[in-house]
Amino acid sequence: MLWIAGFLVVAGIFFFAVGVLGVLRFPDFYTRLHAAGKCDSLAAVLVIFGIALYNLVDFSPLNLLVSLKILAIAAFVFVASPTATHAVTEAALIIGVEPWTKKDNPQ
Amino acid sequence: MAKIATFLTMLAFWVLLSGMFDAFHFSLGVISCLLVTLFSHELLFYGDRKRSWVKGTLGVVLYFPWLFWQIVLANLQVAYIVLHPRMHDLIDPRLIRFKTFLKRPISKVTFAQSITLTPGTVTVNIHGDEFTVYALTRSAADSLPGEMERRVGRALEQTK
Repeated sequence: MLWIAGFLVVAGIFFFAVGVLGVLRFPDFYTRLHAAGKCDSLAAVLVIFGIALYNLVDFSPLNLLVSLKILAIAAFVFVASPTATHAVTEAALIIGVEPWTKKDNPQ
Repeated sequence: MAKIATFLTMLAFWVLLSGMFDAFHFSLGVISCLLVTLFSHELLFYGDRKRSWVKGTLGVVLYFPWLFWQIVLANLQVAYIVLHPRMHDLIDPRLIRFKTFLKRPISKVTFAQSITLTPGTVTVNIHGDEFTVYALTRSAADSLPGEMERRVGRALEQTK
């Protein structure tokens, strides 16, 4: 159990790291949004799963309730994250941020 | 029926958040849930009564594991693109539009959120039944609407 929890948290941190790298490396606002919003959703859920499992290592009904609460955070992240991404993307399109396309950058 | 379902959902949520099972706290929970159910039972479970509850719930329960697996796959793909040394050759961002056959608002929203959750695609807007999606790569753009729309349809639309 401890090892699975550890693995999940480490995998989550890996995806967070990839998300940060993506924000730094991608060429424009929209593609950065992909990296930020996406890797984060899976990474956050993996870390949350890991913590919930870790909390169950010494099992008791109260700990089970705490773990369920932690899982509820994952559910909220899953609803909130795409909504925020959608809002930010549409706001950027409305004020006319130009998307990066392949033609601009032939190399 | 919708009232009972709302009440039970609210009560489960109360118990989850409170974690105290003595008579005082539990009766407080029952009273609050009854009030909430009375005021707003039509918000949580609403709409057509033609679909059976069992079938609707089963569809949603079956949809989520598949969605999660898609998120994992797509995340690996985006991670590969991010870590690739010549990333600019791999990405080809584009805005695409397509029409959906989904009718109910809830299934449109579920579909839009699922598109946004799977990396490589972001739903920008829904106008009527036209989706505007911003895709990171050509393959991500080509994969839409495709399988995900069919699965959302099976989970949430009427089967007739």
